[in-house]
Amino acid sequence: MTLQLVWDLLSWGCLLLGSAFAITGGIGLLRLPDFYARMHGGGITDTMGAGLILLGLGFQAGVSLVGAKLLLILVFLLITSPTTAHALAKAALADGVEPFVSDDPGKAGVP
Amino acid sequence: MMFAMTMVAVLVTLALALARAALGPTVFDRILALNMIGTKTVLLIAVIGFLTERPDFLDLALLYALMNFIGVIAVLRFLKVGHFGGAEVEPSGE
Amino acid sequence: MRHAIALTVVFAGIWLLWSGHLEALLLSLGALSCIVAVALAARMRILDDEGVPFALAGRAARYLPWLLLQIVKANIDVARRILNPRLPVAPRLIRVHARQQSAVGRALFANSITLTPGTVSVDVDGETIVVHALTAEAGNDVLAGEMNRRVVWVEQGS
Repeated sequence: MTLQLVWDLLSWGCLLLGSAFAITGGIGLLRLPDFYARMHGGGITDTMGAGLILLGLGFQAGVSLVGAKLLLILVFLLITSPTTAHALAKAALADGVEPFVSDDPGKAGVP
Repeated sequence: MMFAMTMVAVLVTLALALARAALGPTVFDRILALNMIGTKTVLLIAVIGFLTERPDFLDLALLYALMNFIGVIAVLRFLKVGHFGGAEVEPSGE
Repeated sequence: MRHAIALTVVFAGIWLLWSGHLEALLLSLGALSCIVAVALAARMRILDDEGVPFALAGRAARYLPWLLLQIVKANIDVARRILNPRLPVAPRLIRVHARQQSAVGRALFANSITLTPGTVSVDVDGETIVVHALTAEAGNDVLAGEMNRRVVWVEQGS
């Protein structure tokens, strides 16, 4: 009985945190200054948002066929989302979308 | 209850992405938003599957994830070369 | 040949997982699908170490926990910068030398960079990866080379 409660709490925590990260990524998509920066917002929803929500659902499903399917969806998203992001960024750069680059002197060099 | 709240959160994210798709300004912003809408739809379908206790919705979620990936890549390729593949396309530069 | 067998086994596993039915008709349809898919892959000439990189699977599985930890850390950092307008966002482009030998290794490295929020690999030019970093810190993390070294280990085992 108590084990069931702990399991549920874990699952709800994941779902709540995942929802928060998903909305944060959405806000980033609207708020960040240029296209390349917005991609980082999309990255948040794709990794933490999707990951935690699917993990939370997985806690509800337990070790079963449904849980395995959820895991496979997560693995698939983790493989495809960087591929899509890279293709998108590459296409934008090739099309001449200029990245906004800050003058703030960090240690990383600007080419 | 928890599933309903998650669903609302995913819907809010969808609305934010939709706003970015409408605002643009470049076509790539719109594709980025489109991609995010696709990923959120996968989550939405999965959550609805649990909300209505119909786990077979997960099959649809995976199908949507596949279609979203291929769709975005196809749109990007169309933007780049102006047509959908064929033997005359240049060897890939990767 | 071992690539073809490995790919068939994986496809069969995915089919069984997704169908969940064990009737003769559905199983034979699944077997047919697997064989056709592997034949297509063979016709596209992608049945090699690059197209079916299962040799790296064991070490990649041991690399994954570290990568997930980095993803979580980077997520928290970027999320804070989005939600708190006072925290600085200073985008920049940096060039990273990928030390991996093979295309698979470089693809894994570039994908790891992209998967970590705050850095996106924008272009791959030979052994140089152009990375868009949201902040100077995120860029310096990539330049520090910890991820680079670990992906070399996944690729070569040393």
